Amino acid sequence: MEVIVYGVANGMTFVLMAMGFSFVYGISRLPNFAHGALYVVTGFITWSFINSGGLPYWLSVVLSLLIVSLIGMAIYQFVMIRVRGMPISEIIVSFAIALAILEGLRLQGIGGFKGFIGPGYVLPRVIDGVVEMPWVTIDLQRIVIIGAGLLLLGIMWLFTHYHKIGLSLRAMAQHERAALMLGINSDRMANIALGIGSALAGLAAIVIMPLGNVNCESGYSVLTNAIAVCVIGGLGSWVGTVLSALILGLATTLMSAMGGTMWNNVLVFGLIILILILKPSGLFGRQKELEERV
Amino acid sequence: MNHERKTMNREIGAIERRKERLDRGIKARTEGLYAIQSWREVLYLLAPRASLIIGLLVLPLVLPGLYWQRVLGLAGVYALLAISFDFLAERVGLVCIGGAFMIGVGGYISGGLNYYLKLPVFLTIPIGTFGGAILCTLLWLPCLPLRGIYFAVVTFMFPFLTTSIILAGNLFEGTEGLSPIAGFPSTWIGIYLILVILLTSIFGLRRLCGEDIGVVFAGIKDNDQAVYASGINVTRVKVYALYIASMIGCFAGAFVAHFSGFVGVSLFAVDFSIMPISACIMGGPGTLAGPALGALILAPLSELLRGFGQLRVVLYCFVLVGFILFKPEGLLNWATRKYHQIEHWVKV
Amino acid sequence: MEEQKKSILKVRNLSKSFGGVKALKEVSFDLLEGEVLGVIGPNGSGKTTLVNAITGFVKPETGEVFFKDMRITGLPPYKIADLGVARTFQVVRPFLSLRSFKNLIVPLWSPRARRFAGSRGGDRDAVAIDLLEEVGFERDAYVPYKSASALPLGYLKRLELARCLALRPEVIICDEVFSGLSMSEIASMVPLIERLRMRGVTLMMIEHRLRELFSVADKVIVLCFGEKLAEGRPEQVMNDEKVRSAYLGEEIRL
Repeated sequence: MEVIVYGVANGMTFVLMAMGFSFVYGISRLPNFAHGALYVVTGFITWSFINSGGLPYWLSVVLSLLIVSLIGMAIYQFVMIRVRGMPISEIIVSFAIALAILEGLRLQGIGGFKGFIGPGYVLPRVIDGVVEMPWVTIDLQRIVIIGAGLLLLGIMWLFTHYHKIGLSLRAMAQHERAALMLGINSDRMANIALGIGSALAGLAAIVIMPLGNVNCESGYSVLTNAIAVCVIGGLGSWVGTVLSALILGLATTLMSAMGGTMWNNVLVFGLIILILILKPSGLFGRQKELEERV
Repeated sequence: MNHERKTMNREIGAIERRKERLDRGIKARTEGLYAIQSWREVLYLLAPRASLIIGLLVLPLVLPGLYWQRVLGLAGVYALLAISFDFLAERVGLVCIGGAFMIGVGGYISGGLNYYLKLPVFLTIPIGTFGGAILCTLLWLPCLPLRGIYFAVVTFMFPFLTTSIILAGNLFEGTEGLSPIAGFPSTWIGIYLILVILLTSIFGLRRLCGEDIGVVFAGIKDNDQAVYASGINVTRVKVYALYIASMIGCFAGAFVAHFSGFVGVSLFAVDFSIMPISACIMGGPGTLAGPALGALILAPLSELLRGFGQLRVVLYCFVLVGFILFKPEGLLNWATRKYHQIEHWVKV
Repeated sequence: MEEQKKSILKVRNLSKSFGGVKALKEVSFDLLEGEVLGVIGPNGSGKTTLVNAITGFVKPETGEVFFKDMRITGLPPYKIADLGVARTFQVVRPFLSLRSFKNLIVPLWSPRARRFAGSRGGDRDAVAIDLLEEVGFERDAYVPYKSASALPLGYLKRLELARCLALRPEVIICDEVFSGLSMSEIASMVPLIERLRMRGVTLMMIEHRLRELFSVADKVIVLCFGEKLAEGRPEQVMNDEKVRSAYLGEEIRL
C-alpha cells in the first residue's frame, strides 16, 4: 500500500519535472535539453537568496522563478534562435549549454569560488510535518507535490485552452505556417514558451528539491526523466504525459522497493530506448508516425 | 516603424558592396591532367595532404616527454571518434551521438579478453574492433528506421543504459573496473599505431565516399525516399555505414583500454560523446580531416586545463556553441576556401 | 482484331484511410502490358495515395496488388522497384546536393540495375550520361554536369524519368509529370513518353492536364473521393455523366 501512495507521489514528481520540457517541445518543437540545468539553477538561486541574501522564503521563490524565466528566454533569444529549424543542432546546443551550466556550478578553485557541492545545500520544505493516514505515513511535502502538480496541470490546461497567448501557443504547435499567417509571431511565442517552460522547471525544483538536497547530478536525472516521460507518453496530449509519468513513478518506486535504486536507471533508460524503437510516437501520442519512421 | 527603416537602410548599405570569390589561378591550372605541368602545381595539390601526413608522423618525435605522448594518444582516440561522427553525420546523414558506446564496447571486449583470457594485445585489438563493431551495429540496427532527431536521442541513451546495467548488476567488476590490462610493448608503438590508423581512416573514408557507394550515401543524406524509389534497401546501406563507423569507434575503445591499462564505466563517459561533436564542428564538418584536427587541438587544450577540474567540459561546450552559432563551416573548410579562392569586396 | 494483352498489374479492392478520411475505397483495375493508362480525377480524389499504395510507400488496409501474378501488396518500396515497377514523385525529389548525372548513380547502383548492367556496367558515370541524353539533356551544353539544384523544373521532371529508366523497369507510374511545366516543356515531354511506350514500357500516368494525357493514353480511369467512377477510352469517359458532374458539378435546371 505504501508503495502505491509513494508511487503516485513519485509519479507527480515526474509530472512536474516533465511539464516544462514537454510544454516547450510540444509548443515550439524546441527540444530544450537545458531543462535539467534550469531546474538546478533555480535551486541554487533560491538557496542563495534565502541563505546568503537573507530574504524571506516566498520572496526568494518568486524572484528566482523570475530570474530562471529570464535565463530561459535569454537562452532562446541569443542562442537557440540561430539554430532554429535544425533539430540536431538545437539538441546539441541546448545540451552544451546545460553541460556548461551544470559543470560550471561544480567548479572549484577559480578565484576562490567554491563549487556548489556538498550536502549543506538544502531548500526548506513548504510545509513541514507528517500526516498519518490509515495505511501509510506520508510527509506533507509529498502531499504538496501532488497538490502542486495537479494545480499546475489545471492552470496550464486552462491557460492553453482559454487565454489568448495560450491559444496562440497551441496554434503554433499544430501548424506553424498557418499561425504565422494569422499574425502570430513565431519567435516571440517560442520566447514566451521557453520562459514559461523554465518557470515550470523552476517550480518543480522548488517543490521537489526539499525532499533531498540541491546538487548538480539531479540536473541530468531530471532531464532524463523528462525525456522519458515525453517519449513514453508521446507528445501532443497532456493525458499521455500524466499517465506515463504515473506509470514511471509507480514503476520506479516498485523497482526501488524490490531491487534497490541501482536498477532504476536501467529501467528508465531501457524504457526510453524500447519505446523509441517500438513506438516512437509514444504510448499515447497523437503525432503522425510517418514523421518519425520511414 | 523605426525597425523597418533600420532594415531598409541596412539593405541599401548592403547593396553597395558584395563579396566576390574567385578561384585562384593555380587552382584552375591544377584541374585534371594539367596538374603535372610543373612542380608548383604538383606542390599546390600535394602540400595540404603531405603536410597532414608528415606533420602527424613527426609529431610524436617533437613532443617533450612521455606525458605529452600520452596526451597525443588520447587525442588520437578523440580524433577517431570525431571522424566516425563526421562520416555518419555529414556523409550519410545519420547523427549518432553514441561515441561513448563504441568506446565502451570496444574497450570492454578488448580489455575483457585480455583480463579474463589473457589474450595478447595484437589479438585483442582486432577482435575488439571487428567484434565490437558487429555488436554495436546489431544493437543499433533496430534504431535505424528512426528519423534524425530520434535516432540521435536513442544512440545518446545507449552508453547511459549500459553504464547503469553494469553498475546495477555489478558486471565486469562494476565500479572498480578491470585492471591491470596489458599495455603496448612500448609507448611508441601505441602512438604510431593510432596515428597510422587515423591517417588510414581519413584517406580511406574519403576514397570510399568518392566511389559510387559514396554517392548512394550522399543520396541517403539528401533524400532517402528517392533512394527507396531507386530500388535500394536504404537500411542495408545504413548498416554498412554504421559498421564502418563502429569499426573506427571500437578500435579507439580497444586502443584506450590498452593504452591506459584500465577498463571501467568511465569508458562510457558522456565526454566521449560530446567532445567529438565539438571537434567536428570546430574542425570543419564534412571534411573528415577537419574533425581529426579539431580533436588534436581540443584534447591537449583540455589537458592543460585539467587542473581546473570541470572547466574542460565548460570549455568544450563554449567552443561547440560558439562555432555552431558563428562559424558553422569550421576551421578546415574556412582554410580550404582561403587556399583555393581569393575574395575581395566589389562595388556593385 | 484485338490481341489479348496480359495484365501486368492487377489492383483489387484497394482501400486506405488516413485518420477518418477514406482516401481509397475499393479501387480495382487492370493495367495491360504495353498500354498507357491515364488516371484522372479532381483534387483530393486519392490519385497519389493510389500510387503510394501500389508502390509500397503506404500500406493499404485492404485489397491486393499483383505484379505479373506476383503478390506485391505491402512490400517495402525498394523491393517493388527492384521487381520492375518504378515511380516518379509528384513533387520532384532529385538529389539536390549532387550533380545531375551523379543523381543517376544511385539507381544504377541498385541490385536491379546491376543485374541488367551488361558489359558497360562498371562505368556508371558513362551510362548515366547516356541515360540523360536519352531523356533530352543536351550533352554539348554540359547540362548533365550541372548541379541538380541549378536545373529548372522541366529538366528535373526528365531527371525523375531518367531515374526510373536507370532501373530498366517494366512499369513506370508517373505522378503528374506534366504539372508545373510550360507549354513548350510539355510539348517536348510528349515525344519522350511516346518513345518510352515504343520501347515496350507500360505506363500509368496520373495527370491533371487532360488534353496532353488524352493524346497519349489508350485507356483512362477516373477517381473521385477515392472511388473509381469510370474506366474506358478517353472520349467515352469524358462523356460519362458521373464524370462530368464530378468535374464540373451538377447542372442546375431552372
